[in-house]
Amino acid sequence: MISFRTLLLGDGTANRVVPPSGFTAALTVVSSAAMAFLAVFAIALGLAASELATRWENELSGTATVRIPASGGEEMVQTEAVLTALRQTPGIAAVRVIEDHEQIALLAPWFGEGVPLDKLRLPTLIEVTETEIGPELDGLRLRLSAEAPGAVYDTHSRWRIPLVEAASRLRFLGVLSLCLIATVTAVTVALAAAASLAANGQVIDVLRLIGARDSWIAAAFTRRFTIRAFLGALGGVVLAMVTVAAIPGGVEAGVLSGLGFDGVEWLLPLLVPVLAAGLAFAATWVAARRRLSGVE
Amino acid sequence: MIELDSVKMSFGDRTLFQDVTLLLPEGSFHFLTGPSGAGKTTLLRLCSLQLRANHGRVRLLGQDTRGLDRDAIASFRRRIGVVHQDSRFVDHLTVAENVTLPLAVSGRSSDDPGDLSELMGWVGLGGVADRYPPELSGGERQRAALARAVILSPEIVLADEPTGNVDWEMSLKLLDLLIELNRLGKTVLCATHDLNLIRQAKSRIPARVLRIRDQGVSAGAEL
Repeated sequence: MISFRTLLLGDGTANRVVPPSGFTAALTVVSSAAMAFLAVFAIALGLAASELATRWENELSGTATVRIPASGGEEMVQTEAVLTALRQTPGIAAVRVIEDHEQIALLAPWFGEGVPLDKLRLPTLIEVTETEIGPELDGLRLRLSAEAPGAVYDTHSRWRIPLVEAASRLRFLGVLSLCLIATVTAVTVALAAAASLAANGQVIDVLRLIGARDSWIAAAFTRRFTIRAFLGALGGVVLAMVTVAAIPGGVEAGVLSGLGFDGVEWLLPLLVPVLAAGLAFAATWVAARRRLSGVE
Repeated sequence: MIELDSVKMSFGDRTLFQDVTLLLPEGSFHFLTGPSGAGKTTLLRLCSLQLRANHGRVRLLGQDTRGLDRDAIASFRRRIGVVHQDSRFVDHLTVAENVTLPLAVSGRSSDDPGDLSELMGWVGLGGVADRYPPELSGGERQRAALARAVILSPEIVLADEPTGNVDWEMSLKLLDLLIELNRLGKTVLCATHDLNLIRQAKSRIPARVLRIRDQGVSAGAEL
């Protein structure tokens, strides 16, 4: 059996047995580069989606808003009653009435600056911070409706859960994309290797005739295709990393603001050439052994 | 050394030969002759383990070759040098690299340039070592193939019409090389149509002739 070291490094003649050029070489390098480029973006997408899902989950879970509708002068009394009820309820850590200037800031995107709050019949909003366990919601809602008819205890779940689910699906999409990219890479390299093996039938016949073992021949082809896939993928990764780094960040960038890498995350794309080489190694090895089984 | 015992070889409905029993002793020189299509190449391919007999047993170098796995066949082939009429090479490697290829595939060193140049000189190819196979003439190709076949010092040399594509002068040179190998103790089996070549050899060494005819092989055939 051929040693792993020989398989990776080969020797002078073995490295030259496989013709150095041809369309299969270009196909392997270009397809590996393209797939690696896409893989880096899939990783970035997956990371961004993951971060988004975590952020939404963390920032919005454990909080709620109580909305007390304007009711012609009874708001103050009802608000005090609700605040008292909330403070007495187990599972609630803190409550706070949202101030007028905060409401103005919330409405500014729709109505502009300087909204005349005194002329609008706006509900009173209370921000609630829940403990880790949280309150018993059915009982709390019943009590609030008794203290302030029309008061709503909103856990944000109506829009928070779909958002978190969407982010999770986006993350799944990133993983699925990586799997598809890996599959396409493996198939492309396997096809290129099979084409190369078929085109070099004479070389294989000669090698078998002079006593080359299947593992030696397979290793010669596998080594060549593994190196090509690695170098192609490395080029694709470098290009993709430069592109990702050039994507503008910040709020102005909108949905693209989270697409990128932070700190050690920049090391993740460097795994792509290694994985591409591994895939090429396995695909070429299988293709070579299959081809050789038909040669005496 | 080479022993065929009740060997039958057929392709589909066509039987090339059957019940062939032969014994080629170590250090012998045999010619294999017969009409085109009689099965000379097939017999040589059986002896180089490129084909497996439908029936019977092929023993090489004292070992039954039935049931050998692919790695064992590869190991056997390093002990058998083969020269074909249309010897094939790895065209993008130089002649020297092609000749030393058996060393590379068997994991042996080919670092000693003295050995290689001596071998290339022996086959008369000293000046073409750095050229590529497509640049060689027919005779040069055959001599390069012979050099490649013997670089591992095999015990058996099989030559399939080695003089088929070369002129008489070159045929004699190739015969000289085969005879020299035989004198070094190699067992030589050479398939050829060329009766003049056989007569030339028989005048110099005790070569024997095997003739394939009527699905059989007769030993000691008259020319």
